[in-house]
Amino acid sequence: MTITAPQKTAPASPSLQPTGWLRYLSFSVDHKVIGLQYLVCGFAFYLIGGAMAGAIRTELLSPVSDFMARDVYNQILTLHGTVMIFLWIVPVVNGAFGNYLIPFYVGARDMAYPRLNAVAFWLIPPAGLMLISSYFITGAAQSGWTAYPPLSITTPATGQIIWILSVLLLGGSSIFGGINFIATILKLRRPGLKLMQLPMYCWAMLGTSILVVLSTPVLAGTLIMLSFDIVAHTGFFNPGMGGNVVVYQHLFWFYSHPAVYIMVLPAFGLVSEILPVHCRKPLFGYTTMVYSIMAIVVLGLVVWAHHMFTSGTPPWMRLFFTIATAFIAVPTGIKFFNWLATLWGGRISLNSAVLFSCGFIVNFVLGGITGVALAQVPFDVHVHDTYFVVAHFHYIVYGGSVFVIFASIYHWYPKIIGRMLDEHLGRLHFLLTFVGFNLCFAPQHWLGLNGMPRRVAEYDPQFELVNQISSAGALLMAISTLPFLWNVIASAFFGAIAGDNPWRALTPEWLTSSPPPVENWKGDPPLVTHPYGYGTPADEIDLNSASGSDLWRSGK
Amino acid sequence: MTSLTPQNAQLDHIDDHGAEHGAEHPDHRMFGLAAFLVADAMTFAGFFAAYLTFKAVNPLMPGAIYELELPLPTLNTILLLVSSATFHRAGVNLRRQNNERCRLWLMLTAGLGLAFLASQMVEYFTLPFGLTDNLYASTFYALTGFHGLHVTLGTLMILIVWWQCRTPSGRVSASNHFPLEAAELYWHFVDGIWVILFVILYLL
Repeated sequence: MTITAPQKTAPASPSLQPTGWLRYLSFSVDHKVIGLQYLVCGFAFYLIGGAMAGAIRTELLSPVSDFMARDVYNQILTLHGTVMIFLWIVPVVNGAFGNYLIPFYVGARDMAYPRLNAVAFWLIPPAGLMLISSYFITGAAQSGWTAYPPLSITTPATGQIIWILSVLLLGGSSIFGGINFIATILKLRRPGLKLMQLPMYCWAMLGTSILVVLSTPVLAGTLIMLSFDIVAHTGFFNPGMGGNVVVYQHLFWFYSHPAVYIMVLPAFGLVSEILPVHCRKPLFGYTTMVYSIMAIVVLGLVVWAHHMFTSGTPPWMRLFFTIATAFIAVPTGIKFFNWLATLWGGRISLNSAVLFSCGFIVNFVLGGITGVALAQVPFDVHVHDTYFVVAHFHYIVYGGSVFVIFASIYHWYPKIIGRMLDEHLGRLHFLLTFVGFNLCFAPQHWLGLNGMPRRVAEYDPQFELVNQISSAGALLMAISTLPFLWNVIASAFFGAIAGDNPWRALTPEWLTSSPPPVENWKGDPPLVTHPYGYGTPADEIDLNSASGSDLWRSGK
Repeated sequence: MTSLTPQNAQLDHIDDHGAEHGAEHPDHRMFGLAAFLVADAMTFAGFFAAYLTFKAVNPLMPGAIYELELPLPTLNTILLLVSSATFHRAGVNLRRQNNERCRLWLMLTAGLGLAFLASQMVEYFTLPFGLTDNLYASTFYALTGFHGLHVTLGTLMILIVWWQCRTPSGRVSASNHFPLEAAELYWHFVDGIWVILFVILYLL
């Protein structure tokens, strides 16, 4: 069948797609533009969510509620959690880096469904603005990011409904993105490229997208039922009308536990890309890494009730979910030791990307250990809903995912912008972030073990000093953003020219110009069958080879 | 040899980038639709799980009425199952370039869909309970309502396809039968969900 449409002959592309900076504000279908849109939009929301975290830590400087009213604290707390999860980490580790890198990694010129991709991104800014503006219009939701009924039914309805609407939009965006990633990885691979030759980030995104497609719709259905309870006064989750609040918790955590893996599996993948390049060694244990990811996907779907050990969970359920959760430590531990083995004996260049990656490994292990502890019922019933949990999940989502986001920005900025970031500022950024983060969250373990409940604006005066230490850490984290912001803005204009492949990396995105052209490669996409074929002396690597596999072979 | 309209060309994703690289991709739209239907099925699975859990642990409140009659939903099940078969006939006829017969079968399918919706409305108006009466009533209306929304969307899709294949060279034709097949897959999916829903809501 021949296409004889007029667009074919007319120069359709330039008229449809702006080419200057304006394309970043347009309905562009270029996966690299969409990736950057996700990244910048997500970072803007990170700054907003970070300001809210600052407000929370300021309030907690003193045991009484003096910085803001209690209901304002509840709103800020809810918005902070929702913004950071749904508008910063999920869109950035999935949407931003996924869109930018996955087509390169599979040797494609774009995602499988470019228009769906643009739709998925453009659902995010309106949803985020709607969520945040609810604070100024009627008061935002007050029931935390979990929106547990009956709290979410009894707190002011308007803010809660706006919260539900925006989370539904963001969930839709997430599902569209997930479908796109699955189709791109499974269907759009360059001929000759086998699944087990893909860079690890593809596997991470495949696993993540399966979780997104399977679990996010359940959250959507649950939130629709919750909104019926609020608006139409049905009684699904209203005990006063014969409803059952625990059913909400089950359905909510069926999404929201996998959501942890949706936030952290892509980070695993990104670290697996960054470490081999800067250690000049192949990724250790590729096959076990792949199976670990898939094991985490399967196990991640059947552990949700470990969030509900204090919700009257029957003993058999406690037993099952404790054991299943403990099992997740096995594939996660395999990945952890594989990263260590990748670092072991490598010629590590300790730049900002590696520093942040190593920071991730340290923080994630700490968060993982407290996670295994929290899965044990006898321990969990004592620290449930205390600051111990707050410390635990910040070690996972901040110490894990956000550290990796920064590592990835240091690693891929030269590719995206074409200029290098300043290393001194990068190391300062790492130092401030790492010290600030641990200063902020490590003391919260102690607070939780001693019984300080989470989500509350006021606390027992005995906790004042430790809270102030924690707030000092938060201040350091806020300050750490400044050198980073200056770095990414100034380097875009004054940074050293990066060249095509400043890290001498072998993965396909480096085998094109920086920034890459529209459609990623001039000429055919390279066939990279050994993305981690490092270990050859630098002067023996022929950077002018046509493809990554040539690099690998000539290296031997 | 068919000449496509510009809109069709856009659907084929060929003008996304520079024309020199505009080689035609293999068509992955059906794969995407299938993945979306998996997600949609999970939404229903959530509703079903909620209903079954309510049923297992939450006793009906004293004085609450929750009785379902079988004849009308059985008729509904038959209507939808027959409509799946008629939709299949429409697709077969389109691929044989027999647009007239295809449109006939499509119209019959849409008619069966509308009959289902009408019959559902009759059931709603004759039931002895309302949306907010009790937990089961709420879940019943939420589940059947969400399914009815799917049937409504499916019927609209059928009517759009029916309109677009009115000539052999129309937007939907023997050479571009993806829209019809997509609507058909969706329709079979909605039917399948109804069968599960019928078993869980009415028979269990």
